[in-house]
Amino acid sequence: LGHGSGGQLMAELLADLTPRLGAGALEDAAIVATGAPEVVMSTDGFVVTPRFFPGGDIGSLAVHGTVNDLAMRGAVPVALSLAYIVEEGLPLDELRRVTASVARAAQACDVRVVTGDTKVVGRGAADGLYVTTTGIGVRLPGAHVAAAGGRPGDAVLLSGPIGLHGVTVLSTREGLGFDSELTSDSRPLHRLTAAMIAAGSCGVHALRDPTRGGLASALNELAAASGVGVELEEPAVPVPAQVAAACELLGLDPLHVANEGCLVAFVDAARAGTVLAAMRALPEGSAATRIGTVVAAHPGRVTMRTLVGSHRVVDMLVGEQLPRIC
Amino acid sequence: AHTGPVTTLKRVDVHVEGIVQGVGFRPFVYSLANRLGLAGRVHNDVNGVHIEIEGAHAGVEAFLTALERDAPALSAIERVTVVSGEPAGHHGFTIATSDPGGPRRALVPADTATCDDCLRELADPADRRHRHPFINCTNCGPRLTIVRGVPYDRHLTTMAPFGLCPDCAREYHDPGDRRYHAQPTCCPACGPRLVLRDARGTELCGDPIACAATLLRAGRVVAVKGLGGYHLAVTASDERAAATLRGRKHREEKPFAVMAADLAQARRLADIDDTAAALLTGRARPIVLLPRRDGPLPVASSVAPGSRLLGLMLPYTALHHLLLAEVAEPIVLTSGNVSDEPIAHEDGDALTRLSGIADAFLTHDRAIHLRADDSVVRPLPGGITVLRRARGYAPEPLALRRPVPRPVLACGAQLDNTFCLAYGRRAFVSQHIGDLGNHDTLRSFVEGIDHYCHLLDLRPEIVAHDPHPGHPATRHALEIAGVDHVAVQHHHAHIASCLADNGDPGPVIGVAFDGLGHGPDGTLWGGEFLRADLTGYERLAHLAPVPMPGGAAAVRQPWRMTAAYLRDDHPGLDVAARNAAHWAAALTAAHAPLTSSAARLFDAVAALLGIRDTITYDGQAALELEQRADPAETGAYPAALTTTGGPLVVEGGDLVRAAAADLAAGTDPAVIAGRFHNGVAAAITRTCVEVRHDTGLTAVALSGGLFHNALLLDRTVQRLRAAGFRVLTHVRVPPGDGGISLGQAAVAAALDGR
Ligand SMILES: [Fe+3]
Ligand SMILES: [Mg+2]
Ligand SMILES: [Zn+2]
Ligand SMILES: [Zn+2]
Repeated sequence: LGHGSGGQLMAELLADLTPRLGAGALEDAAIVATGAPEVVMSTDGFVVTPRFFPGGDIGSLAVHGTVNDLAMRGAVPVALSLAYIVEEGLPLDELRRVTASVARAAQACDVRVVTGDTKVVGRGAADGLYVTTTGIGVRLPGAHVAAAGGRPGDAVLLSGPIGLHGVTVLSTREGLGFDSELTSDSRPLHRLTAAMIAAGSCGVHALRDPTRGGLASALNELAAASGVGVELEEPAVPVPAQVAAACELLGLDPLHVANEGCLVAFVDAARAGTVLAAMRALPEGSAATRIGTVVAAHPGRVTMRTLVGSHRVVDMLVGEQLPRIC
Repeated sequence: AHTGPVTTLKRVDVHVEGIVQGVGFRPFVYSLANRLGLAGRVHNDVNGVHIEIEGAHAGVEAFLTALERDAPALSAIERVTVVSGEPAGHHGFTIATSDPGGPRRALVPADTATCDDCLRELADPADRRHRHPFINCTNCGPRLTIVRGVPYDRHLTTMAPFGLCPDCAREYHDPGDRRYHAQPTCCPACGPRLVLRDARGTELCGDPIACAATLLRAGRVVAVKGLGGYHLAVTASDERAAATLRGRKHREEKPFAVMAADLAQARRLADIDDTAAALLTGRARPIVLLPRRDGPLPVASSVAPGSRLLGLMLPYTALHHLLLAEVAEPIVLTSGNVSDEPIAHEDGDALTRLSGIADAFLTHDRAIHLRADDSVVRPLPGGITVLRRARGYAPEPLALRRPVPRPVLACGAQLDNTFCLAYGRRAFVSQHIGDLGNHDTLRSFVEGIDHYCHLLDLRPEIVAHDPHPGHPATRHALEIAGVDHVAVQHHHAHIASCLADNGDPGPVIGVAFDGLGHGPDGTLWGGEFLRADLTGYERLAHLAPVPMPGGAAAVRQPWRMTAAYLRDDHPGLDVAARNAAHWAAALTAAHAPLTSSAARLFDAVAALLGIRDTITYDGQAALELEQRADPAETGAYPAALTTTGGPLVVEGGDLVRAAAADLAAGTDPAVIAGRFHNGVAAAITRTCVEVRHDTGLTAVALSGGLFHNALLLDRTVQRLRAAGFRVLTHVRVPPGDGGISLGQAAVAAALDGR
């Protein structure tokens, strides 16, 4: 070890890693000139097992996660900070791979990593590597998205198939043999949200990326914040066949599985067609579709008309996914 | 001239509480008073029936005796209060109008099957109600399902739009008539109108009943509006029609109920003893689970696949009587819904939801206010088990041993939900509500609570619920502000339910065997031995926890439990070969919560025996395992009892391995299933003996959905009794989760009263 002591070795480590980010001189904090009145900021810690999975790794995930959080507030991401907590014994080469992935992802997002930190902790004090990113962005003109923005009558739009990230990670972790067919959907969504806002202007009422807790939790959060109900149509919710098969095997509900590359939106019904067209024009929104409607009935509750026509209550995920009781 | 001394005259005010409204109580009082030559008056008030009676001393005494002894069939007197007073000089006896003011505590009766007097009129060509599908009287007819408010008076029922014709009005106002104040009374001139509509809602001409019967005989699906909702009917012998109905309803294998015209027709389908006959013909008219008769039956194989039992019921409305007579053979009568939706009960909604299923609708214009499914009961050697308590039973109160100090609402379980309101010495367990994971069911849960609170004029001060925050009933409970909340663990609630059901205070050894409930240690419980009374419990023993590979997936796929129990020890077993592709993954599944569930143990053996690898409805594998077991088998697999200082642990895996060894040796699965059931009963008994040794407790309460299994219940009760235990089993509420709300209420009330 010794990398964690903040001495020479740490300096060497940073000297090794920093150029990979394309960052300039190391400062404790970065001054960011935005020139815009509304600065948006978000932070997230990333822990994922395994750290490398089809379609991404903890590094790209850390960039996309924070970029997408900014995007969901109608912001264009400007800069990121990056912090590592490294468990003693993590191969340096793995840290290099992660860092290179961060750099690649940031570049693809047009966002700079402007500051960072690395700490090394003793064996057992952390599980390999934890990554924290903080991002700032500027709000797009005309972006009036907020969790509380949903109104009865709004169309519920989804940018792409659900369940890919969570199932890919689980399948890789448990060696289920689905990993060859599955890829995480991890990707940035800020261009998609910008296109939606440009196309829909104030008609885009609420945006959320259904990460942990899945589509079900994201919709429940939006429904509660907006004081509205949501009615989904099961046949309209895109669940890839491999995701469905893996969920069946793992005992998971695809609606509760994490995503890292799709978003759900409440959009004024009159603008929904235009917004959908704008979404479908981008690769990350090519499979965008309408999955339901915002209603005044049952505020705070999400329901789904199932394939056989019954109305299921779609609950938030509380704790682990557990079987229903008795 | 009046010459007798004043002291021979007596005057009393009598207050009668209980089910005394809408059951012919006032005419009964009227004729009794007239017969005894007494003066005074009677009226319904918000608490029941109030009587002022005066006359000769002996006459008044005779009146008070006969009042309770000869009360009408549908009444249930809970309390009679008598206060002496000064004679007011009444002349004659009168029936006064109802008093609408003040708090309402009078009880609404349960819906009741058409009585013999009405049936006689129905069949009599000379009677003005000959073949009238809506015939009823004070002794029978719709009640709870048509009541919109209290007091129970016609204008607060869904009969309000039907003005009485002069003939009906005369009967309604004649205290000597069987229909005196029979709120839903009507006749062909003034009552609801029966119609037959096609799937698009267009009225079809001709006699609705004759046409519906013709359609049924032609293999069509007909929706029939009953008391608590719409049913879907096909002729029971028509395989193609029954299969069509399954397909359209998206109900793969869960058995359908069958309605027979009468007891004689029912006897052609099932073996019916006296207990069963009494249940079939009783006024609650539940679906009764009965053993099929041997030999080929006029019942299509897809009516109740995989079961030796048949759910039978007899007509409970005049409409059913007329229809069954016209069809002239038994019909399937299953709830009018798609898949797991609640039964349709509103006309417009029914037409929308059922139009893709039914070819025609036999319906009418009397609204159903409250949805109620058919009740389901199962006769046992020593009594009955109520599997689903709904139409015909709810909202009859259950008497409690100890008064409940402050009104309690108990929100019940998640899957077979009922709720319960308790106050004074009464607990009102709602009709079966169903699976709260369904949006419409959740709505009828919330609305049902409001409706019952209104009918009973109760504002709960204590709200009892499951401790788990993700439980939908708990979420509702916690949204109710200004009350005390009490969390009651699921299996404690099961045992408390059995105690309350038996009027026993405990403590007992509570054996709670069921599917799954959240344990306070974070594992899923379901094979529990608790030292329990109403105020608390301690876990004394449990089935050895095993992983549930894939969590909910293991509930849907019982073979996963076989894998969890046998792991790599499955020499040449079919179950491992059939599921080889995922067996290893199941053993290493990261998502595999630990459970001590007895239902999962039964699942493991069901899949092992090749009965079922995947289920299509809750509890299917365990149910079919019971059906497969040879009841003549007396052998029992042993299960070790171990301890490491904490609760005793029952090694359920021993039973699975013994079954696997027998199977590998070529033993008949029916024998293995028998030995497994006996083994579980023996393990329960041995554990209870062990626990008795440590605690001195000599009474055992059996609860939880696994005790819907009659073979297990019977074997367990026998062995426990033979070992000297006093055994409490459920009587009035289901052992399964339909009884949870009563248990929660009992615990909350006991804690409040402490
Ligand atoms: Fe239970
Ligand atoms: Mg964040
Ligand atoms: Zn009658
Ligand atoms: Zn009439």
